[in-house]
Amino acid sequence: MFKVLRDLLRYNREFLFGTLLILIILGLVVASFFAPYDEMMTYAVIPDMPPGPEYWLGTNSRGQDMFWQLAASMRNTLMFGLVVAIISRIIAIVVGLVSGYVGGKTDQIIMAFNDTLGALPNIPILLLLVFVMRDQMTWGVLALTAALLGWTHDSRLIRSAALSLRTREFTRHAAFSGMRTGQVLFREHLPYVMPIVFFTTMNNLIWAIGLEVTLSILGFSDINRPTIGGMIYWANAHSAMVAGIWWWIAVPMLAVVILFLGLFLLAMSVNEYIDPRSRLARMGA
Amino acid sequence: MSHLLELDHVTKRYPVGGLFSRQSIKAVDDVSFALDADRPEIFAIVGESGSGKSTMAKMILGNEVPDGGRLVFDGLDIGTIRSREQREAFMAKVQPVFQNPFEAFNPLTPVDAYLFATAHRFCGANDQSHKERLTDEALQRVGLSLAEIKGRFSHELSGGQLQRVAVARALIPSPKLIVADEPVSMVDASLRMSIVNLFRALRDELKVSIIYITHDLATAYYISDRVIIMQKGVVIESGDARTVLDNPTHPYSIALKNAVLPPDPKAAAAAIRLRSAAAAR
Amino acid sequence: MTAAMTTERPVTQAADVLTIRDLKAYYINDLFGVRREVRAVDGISLTVRRNEIYGIAGESSSGKTSLIKTIAGAIRPPMRVVDGSVSFDFGGKHIDVYAEPGKMKAARWQNLSYIMQGSMSVLNPVRRIKHAFNNFAFRHMGLDRAAFRARVESHLQKLGLDPNVLEAFPHQLSGGMRQRVTIALATVCEPEFIIADEPTTALDVLVQQDVLGLIKEVQERLGSSVVFVTHDMSVHAAITDRLAIMYAGRLAEEAPTQAMFDTPQHPYTAHLIASLPRIGDISTRKSLGGKPPSLANPPSGCRFHPRCPIAIDRCSKEVPDMLPSAIGGRVACFRAGEVAVK
Repeated sequence: MFKVLRDLLRYNREFLFGTLLILIILGLVVASFFAPYDEMMTYAVIPDMPPGPEYWLGTNSRGQDMFWQLAASMRNTLMFGLVVAIISRIIAIVVGLVSGYVGGKTDQIIMAFNDTLGALPNIPILLLLVFVMRDQMTWGVLALTAALLGWTHDSRLIRSAALSLRTREFTRHAAFSGMRTGQVLFREHLPYVMPIVFFTTMNNLIWAIGLEVTLSILGFSDINRPTIGGMIYWANAHSAMVAGIWWWIAVPMLAVVILFLGLFLLAMSVNEYIDPRSRLARMGA
Repeated sequence: MSHLLELDHVTKRYPVGGLFSRQSIKAVDDVSFALDADRPEIFAIVGESGSGKSTMAKMILGNEVPDGGRLVFDGLDIGTIRSREQREAFMAKVQPVFQNPFEAFNPLTPVDAYLFATAHRFCGANDQSHKERLTDEALQRVGLSLAEIKGRFSHELSGGQLQRVAVARALIPSPKLIVADEPVSMVDASLRMSIVNLFRALRDELKVSIIYITHDLATAYYISDRVIIMQKGVVIESGDARTVLDNPTHPYSIALKNAVLPPDPKAAAAAIRLRSAAAAR
Repeated sequence: MTAAMTTERPVTQAADVLTIRDLKAYYINDLFGVRREVRAVDGISLTVRRNEIYGIAGESSSGKTSLIKTIAGAIRPPMRVVDGSVSFDFGGKHIDVYAEPGKMKAARWQNLSYIMQGSMSVLNPVRRIKHAFNNFAFRHMGLDRAAFRARVESHLQKLGLDPNVLEAFPHQLSGGMRQRVTIALATVCEPEFIIADEPTTALDVLVQQDVLGLIKEVQERLGSSVVFVTHDMSVHAAITDRLAIMYAGRLAEEAPTQAMFDTPQHPYTAHLIASLPRIGDISTRKSLGGKPPSLANPPSGCRFHPRCPIAIDRCSKEVPDMLPSAIGGRVACFRAGEVAVK
C-alpha cells in the first residue's frame, strides 16, 4: 500500500497535485475542530476586516473570522457531499448489478422506474420538499433526499457493464459452481464496475456539493449552519460586493474551486490504479 | 435399460431480423439421441460454427429451453426445472467444462474459489478443512494438488493446468455427465493431449459420461465412442465414432474429413492443392 | 553457409530478404511498485529467403507474437529492443528497421504487408470494402483512380473473388470471405514480404484450407517471402517451406519443414509432432508434463530442461547454442537428434 502511494506520487503528477489540493481542504476540516469560538456565533471579532496578519482571510460583516467560518463550512459541505455520494453509490451498485445480471422482465421494470426517476427535475422537487418540511428540514433529510435522486444515471452505467459481464464465461462457471446471485454479483462482478463507481463518485460528490451550494445560496437550507453556499448567501444578504467586502465572496468560491479540482485530479489518477485492466497488467496477466 | 440422457426430437429456433420480422432460424433441428445409464461413454458432437453444437450444449445444461421436443436427464425433463432446489440437484449431476479456461476463471478471483464454492454447495462442505479435502481429492484425480493452486490466479497457471482445474471442479459433486464444449481448442498443443487423455480416464475410472463438443475430427476420432456430425442444426451422420470417421458417407462429412490437415508436410500440401484445384473448377 | 542448406525448391535468388541478428526485445514495466522484465524475444538470429514461406511455431507466451511485432517495427513501450538488429533487403533497397525508422515507414505496405487473425481489425465495419483498398493501397501504387480500380478488380479476380465485394460492407461477407479480402488487400501492392499472423486460426476447417491454398497461390505467383506464424503444426506442415520452433523467447530448432517432420532434432519439436492426433490412429498420445515457462522468470540453462524427457545435468547450467543440425537446419540442444518420433 505504501509502495503504491509512493509510486503514484512519484509518477503521476495529477495525483500529486490532487493530493496537495485535497490536503489543503482536509487541513481546513481538521482545523475546524480547534476553532476558538462557536461557528454559529456572530460578532465574535471585529467586522469587515480585510485579510491580513491578524485575520488571515479577513472577517465578515457579521463579525465572524472568515478562516474559521471557511473551516467549519468546508467540513459541513464535504460531509453533506460524502453522505449523498455514499448512499447513492450503494443504491446505484445494487440496482445496476442486479438489473444487469437478472435481465429479462425484472431488468425492464427496474430500468423503467430508474429512467422515470432520472427524468424528474431535481431542484423543483427539493424546493417543494423544503417548503413542505419547513423547520423539520435538517441537512440529514436533505442529504437523504438528494441521495435518493442522484443514483439513476450511474446505475444505468453500472447496468450496461453488468450486462456484458453476464455473458462472460466465468459468470456461467460461477453459476455452475453453485454460487448464488449475491456471490456472483459482489465477488465476481463488483471489481469490474469499481472504476465506474469511483469515477461517478467524484461526479456525484461534485453534483451534491453543487446542489447544496445552490440551495444554500437561495436560502433554502439551515442558514445558521455554516456551509460554502451559506457563506455566499450571507455575503449576498449583506451586499458584500457593493460594500467592497470582496473577500467574503472570493474565499468560499476559491475554496470550492480547489475542492473540485482536487477531487477531479485524484479520481482521474486513482482510476488508473483501480482499473482492472491496469490491475491485471500489474499482476502480470 | 434406462437412459442417462435422452434427446427426443429436440428443436431450437432463434428469431432473426428486426423487431417486426417473424422469421427464425433453426439452430437445432429435430435431434434425437440417447446416452445409456449403465455404459459410460464419450459422445462427440462434431460440427463447424453455426452447426448448432453449442446450442445443444446449452440445452443439455439447462441454459436454453427447447422450442420443440424434450431433453430428459435421469427421468427428469430438463425444460421443466423451475425451483432453485431442482436446479441445484440437476447441476450436481451435470457439470460443464468451458472452451476457454482463461475466460472461465475470473482473472480477479483466485481459481480455488470456484472449487470451494462447488464443494460447499453440492457436497454440503461447510468448514474449510472439509472443502479443502474434497477439492484436493478432485485435483488429485486430474494430476494436480490443492497445494499447487491454492490462492493462485488464472494468469499464474497454464491453459492446460487451468483446464484441468476446471475439470476437477466439475468432478467435485461426482456428476454423471460432463458437457465439454470445445475444451481443448484454446489449450496449447503440448498440453492438449493431457486434457484429452484425462477425459478418457474419467470415463474408464470414474464411469462418467462425457459429451465432447468439437470441430476437430482428429481428437474426436481419438477419444470418442460414438459421434454425431451436425450441419446447420441437422444431424447428418451418426454412429460408432471409428466407423463413421473412417468411412463417412454424407458429402459434408467427407468434406470435413478431407479438410483435416494431416500432420505430414507432403500429404498436407497435397490436400491443400487438391482443394484449390477443386475450387478452381 | 545459409545458401548451402538444402531446400525443396530451386533458389532463384540466393539473397536473404530478412536478416535478424541476435535480437533481444523485452517488455520492461515499472508500475506502482512492481518492476517486471519480460524477455519475450531473447537472442534470436534467423534469415528469411526470397520466395519462401517461413513458418514460426510456438505456444502461447513463447514470444512468437513479440518476434513478428519486432520484425515489423511495430513495437511500442513498454516493449523495447534491447540488442541486435532487424534488416530487410528489398531488391537492393536495404533497410535497418531500428537504425532507420523513417525508411521502414515508407516500405510498409509497398514492400511489406500483413495478414492478421481478425479481419475486422483491418476492415472498418461501417465502410464499404473499397474504402479499405483506397486507404491502404492507393497511395503506394502511384496510379490514378480509374487505373487503380481496374488493378484492384483484376487482382481480386486472380484471387477468385468477385470484384463486386468492393461495394459490400464487411458484415455482409462470411468470415472466410472477409479473410480472403484481407489477403487481397495485403497483396494488391505485390509486396516482397508478407507477415501472416495466425491468419486461419479463427476460421472453420473447410474455410481454413481455402485460405491456406490462397496464401500459397499468391506467394507462388508473386514470388514473395511469407513469414507465417501459427501454433498449429498441421498448418505449418501444409504450407511452410522452412519452419522455426520457438520456446520461451528463443529458437529451439529451425529446419526445412519436411525434414523436421521426418526427423525432428529437438526433443520439444519431436514431442509437438508426435502428440498430433490423426484420423485412423488411436494409439495413446503422450503430453508433456509441467507448464510452459514464464518469460518473466525463465528456467536457467536450456529453457526446456524442466519438461525435457532426456535432460542431463548440463542442460540446467549451460545455454545451448543454435548449431547446424543433421537435417540441414539449426538446433539448440546438447542431445540433438536423440529422440525419434514414433
